[in-house]
Formats: sequence, structure tokens, C-alpha cells
Amino acid sequence: METTYQKPSSQGYYGKFGGAYIPEMLHRNVEELQSRYLDIMSDAAFQKEFRALLKDYVGRPTPLFYAQRLSTQFNTNIWLKREDLCHTGAHKINNTIGQILLAERLGKKRIIAETGAGQHGVATATVCALKGVECIVYMGEKDIERQAPNVARMKMLGATVIPATSGSKTLKDATNEAIRDWINNPNDTHYIIGSVVGPHPYPDMVAKFQSVISEEMRWQLKEHTGKDLPTHVMACVGGGSNAAGAFYHFLDELSVKIIAVEAAGHGVNSGMSAATTQLGKPGILHGSKSLLMQTADGQVVEPHSISAGLDYPGIGPMHANLFESGRGIFLSATDDEALNAAFEVSRLEGIIPALETAHAFAVLHNYKFKEDDQVIICLSGRGDKDLATYMKNM
Amino acid sequence: MGESRITKLFQSTPSGAGGQRILNVYCTAGYPQLDSTLDVMKALQDNGADLIELGMPYSDPLADGPVIQNSGLVALANGMTIETLFAQLKDARKEINVPIILMGYMNPVLQYGFERFCKEAAAVGVDGLILPDLPEYEFETEYGAFIKQYGLDFIFLVTPETSDERIKKLDSLSTGFLYAVSSSSTTGSDKNMTDVNTYLQKLQAMQLSNPVLVGFGIKDKQTFDTACSHSNGAIIGTAYIKALEGTNDVAATTKNFLKTII
Repeated sequence: METTYQKPSSQGYYGKFGGAYIPEMLHRNVEELQSRYLDIMSDAAFQKEFRALLKDYVGRPTPLFYAQRLSTQFNTNIWLKREDLCHTGAHKINNTIGQILLAERLGKKRIIAETGAGQHGVATATVCALKGVECIVYMGEKDIERQAPNVARMKMLGATVIPATSGSKTLKDATNEAIRDWINNPNDTHYIIGSVVGPHPYPDMVAKFQSVISEEMRWQLKEHTGKDLPTHVMACVGGGSNAAGAFYHFLDELSVKIIAVEAAGHGVNSGMSAATTQLGKPGILHGSKSLLMQTADGQVVEPHSISAGLDYPGIGPMHANLFESGRGIFLSATDDEALNAAFEVSRLEGIIPALETAHAFAVLHNYKFKEDDQVIICLSGRGDKDLATYMKNM
Repeated sequence: MGESRITKLFQSTPSGAGGQRILNVYCTAGYPQLDSTLDVMKALQDNGADLIELGMPYSDPLADGPVIQNSGLVALANGMTIETLFAQLKDARKEINVPIILMGYMNPVLQYGFERFCKEAAAVGVDGLILPDLPEYEFETEYGAFIKQYGLDFIFLVTPETSDERIKKLDSLSTGFLYAVSSSSTTGSDKNMTDVNTYLQKLQAMQLSNPVLVGFGIKDKQTFDTACSHSNGAIIGTAYIKALEGTNDVAATTKNFLKTII
């Protein structure tokens, strides 16, 4: 099978990254997904239900908004893809809607998920409430503290939030615990992974559910400008789900520059960073081979980012391949740069972005665009959940 | 190449009335102290363990429950690395005659260099490998050749969820023995073993080419007996690591622990 930047091989490889490095206890569930996800997703009835929920429940299409004052400030044309206007406040729900419909067709009665910033946890709790399905969300103890509003939302939606207390007590550890739960509950449970990470087919499946973002970008830009393609698409990357969705339909359009922004934390070389492509080496975490922050001895390094959603030592295999192949431009923004950008965007456009998203805006100061460039930034989520952090920095 | 130490063990161990009762005990390298690895191995051998499964600690051990996770974190904090472990094992064969299996996760092995790992493991007298997150596709296409080249056995896991067809496939790829996970769980789970007989009887009836050892949830004489009744033996991990917690006398602790099993 021919692979592209967009499409992995039949074994789930993007170049040399991907695959399914899972213990045998997960094999049956993962193989069931591998053999059925494409058929289920292409089924007409599935697509009809998925599209109807995206429209009437999530509120899609989300607007593509011309950011006049930001464009003036940076002397270029900046478009904002308003994923922050999705129900629950971020792009994460595009994927959870897709996966809950898939879980239904697989006959699964119990849903588990991991969450970092809590956006994926809220999006999962939401679709479980919608479908009346039991929902368990694993969340790092440290993230439970710094994302309290989202913890409250999940509980109000009826989900059980279980703290992950091992390791760095953040997203990596929440993912470990969710995987262990799945090992222990192989029959009735579907694991809704929230990013383009995990064993094949998750990276491809999540990217496909999120690809609605770039699908809309294309026709919306055409409608606004008459142009078929933007010159640049930008997004923040932790695991990389909003980036995968924003890049998807442009990956094999080589004229479009793909810009991924990672979290540099206190600075790429500070020892307190989450800039995986800068600091990582090929390795295996959470079931796939990708770039991974690790010691010389192959132990996973605890990352740091002010934003819980980017505080992850790995990156999806699709993105690792974009980095290695040179197809993607990988930049990073520090905690402070992201904070400043959040305030800047709030004042210039009247939109308070999530801390994760603010990293993408931060590089506007460092990357030179031309006057006639058409730059689309994926505004992946809104900043309500980060108000406590923002208030500390006012 | 001749038969491996593991294969010889199964061939030379007589079957009693209830069949073979091979005891494989798991311990974490560098636990409870960095330099207790050999003492633990020696104590296991002296007190009746037929095989030793030595765990290489990893920061993110997905298939393990809290007890083995914690032993790995302690070992890492003690400074254990693959490099250190091979240095510790260098003279192990002067004292240790039972087969040694290294168990661990792919990432540290990849960073060490897969071929280099196999070569040095074989050089210090390691007999086999268990890498639960090395799937058979990658084993067949990339890594299996190195394992074979250096004469190491490779043991795949099967679970109650594994299809018959796949059990046959994994059996055909395994050498030494096949690792039958007793229930769908991480290590150290308290899931009851009532259904395990049916599952083990099925495996027995399949006439596999490898002997079968049962692991996960084997914690005392009763569970060991149950596991042995339809297999060649069993693997004890979590219960032994628990016993080692806080001990100052590895030899005595091991002796007392194994007395309750055998």
C-alpha cells in the first residue's frame, strides 16, 4: 500500500514511526480496531450520524475568521480556525464523537480515557453522557490540581475521575493507567485515546476524525478569498491531535507550509521542556515508535510545560515523520512566550485562547511571514480552563 | 547450536504424578539494592527456583501492576541500567546454573542497541528474553533474527483472549517455553483463577511445541498448584517482590518465601 504524509502503511507506519508495540493482553482489542475502523468509519450510516452530531451537537462548521488586528500587527493575513467554539470548548470533541459511535458499533459498554488539560476528559465525559455510557477518566494528580474547572465539569457530566499518581503525575502517567485499565477490562471497554498517539490504528483513526478541521478550512478559505490553498497552516503540538486535524488535508499539498509549535517550557535546553522533536530520539511509548524524550538509558524523561495539554514527552508518529522528512517546520514557544501571546490575542481579537493554543500564536513573533501570505492558525481551544494561571500573571 | 539451557531444563525435569512443576521466579534487577541482584538470584537458586526471570526496570512498564512498577522505580533510583546489569551478570555463571531470562520493555533495549543487547546478554550467560511489547510482526520482520543469531530463546505471551490460531502462531515463534498469562490483567492482580483450568486444559489439548508456564496471579501454594495441574509450571513475581520489600536479609526472606510455595 502506498503511504503518504497523510496515510500510514497497513501496519500503521508513517516512515519509520508508528506500529503497534503492545503487550499480548491488548492484542485482541487493538486488532479488532485495526481490522474494523476503516469499514466502520466509511459506512454511510456511521458518516450520517457522525456528521449530524458534528453539525447539531458540536456546532460545526466552526468559523474561519480573518483576524484583522493580528494581521495588521504582523503585516500578513492571519485566519483563525475557531475550534474554541466547538461544544465543550476545544477540538477534542470531534474525535470523541467519532469514537463513541465506533464504540457503540463494537458493542462496548464502558469507556475509559486519559486526559492532560482535561479537555479530552470533558469531551469524553460529554459524549458518554450523550449516549448514556459509563465513563472513567484517568488524569495526572498534578493536572487535577492545575485544571480544577475541567475536573468539576467531568464530575458534573457523570464521569469518574481517577488520579494517576505514578511518575510525573501528568498526561504520560494518566495514559499508562488508562492502558492498564484496558488490559484489566478487555471485554466490555473501549479506550478513547485523545491524541494521535498510541498503537496503530489510533494515530490514523484520531487524525481522520480530526481531519474535519482542515476539510472545512479548505472550502472556507476558498469561500472567503477564492484561493484554493493557504500558504501556511499552524498549530500547537503536544501529542498532536489538533495539529493532525489542521494539517491533514494539506499534508500532500506540498506548496502549503506546515508549522507545528511545541512547548519549550522554561526553554528547550533548560531541562524543563516538552519540545519533543528538539530533545527526543526514536523510541517506544504508549504502543508506538516515535520521537521520545528519554535518557541515554531509554528511561522516559519527565517533561515540563505550563500547559497541561502539551506536557507530554512524546509526539504522534505522523508528526515525527513530518519532522524527520522535513515536510513540517517545527518551532517552539516557552511558557512565558505562550502567556504573553495569550494576553496579546485576547486584547487584539477579543478571544481568550487556551494556553496550549497560545503557543502557536507565540511564534508569530519569531517566524517571518510575507505580506501576501495566507496563514491559518488552528485556535484549538478556549482559555476558560486556564483562567487561574492567567490571573496569576495579570 | 545445541539445545538451550531452558529446553534442557524442561527435558531433564522428571514429571511427578501431577506432571512437571517448574518454578520460575521473577525479580527486578537492582532491587531491593543496586548490588543485591546476584544475592537474590543465588538465594532463588538455592531454595528451589528452576528458572530466574530478571526484570530490567523501566519508567513506564505498561503490563505491570503497582508492586512491580514500584520495584522498578526503586531499582532505577538505585541506579540500575542495562549496562550495570550486564556488568553484574558478568561472573554470575560461576555461581548460577539455572536458566536466566531477561524480561523488560522495548525502549531501553532499543536505546542500548538491539543487536548489541542480544550479543552481550548471550555473552554473560543469559538464556532467553521476554519483551512483552515486542509484537510478532516486528519480531518476524526485524528483531527475531538477532535473537536467533545469538542463540537466545524468545518467549511470547498468550492470554485467555488469544485466539487458538494466534496461540499456534505464537507457539511456533517461541522457543524455550510459552508464557500463559492466567487472566486478563496486569501483574499482581487479584482476579480469581477459577476459569484458569478451562483455559489451561485447552492449551494442553492443543499439543503445542513448547512447554507452558503460567504467570500472573500466582502468589501462594494453592495458586501454584492450580497453575501446575495443567501446565509445566508457573511464574511467581509480585508475591516475591512483596516479600522482598524492606528486607535486610535477602537469603532468609527468599528461603522463607519459597518454603511456602514448593
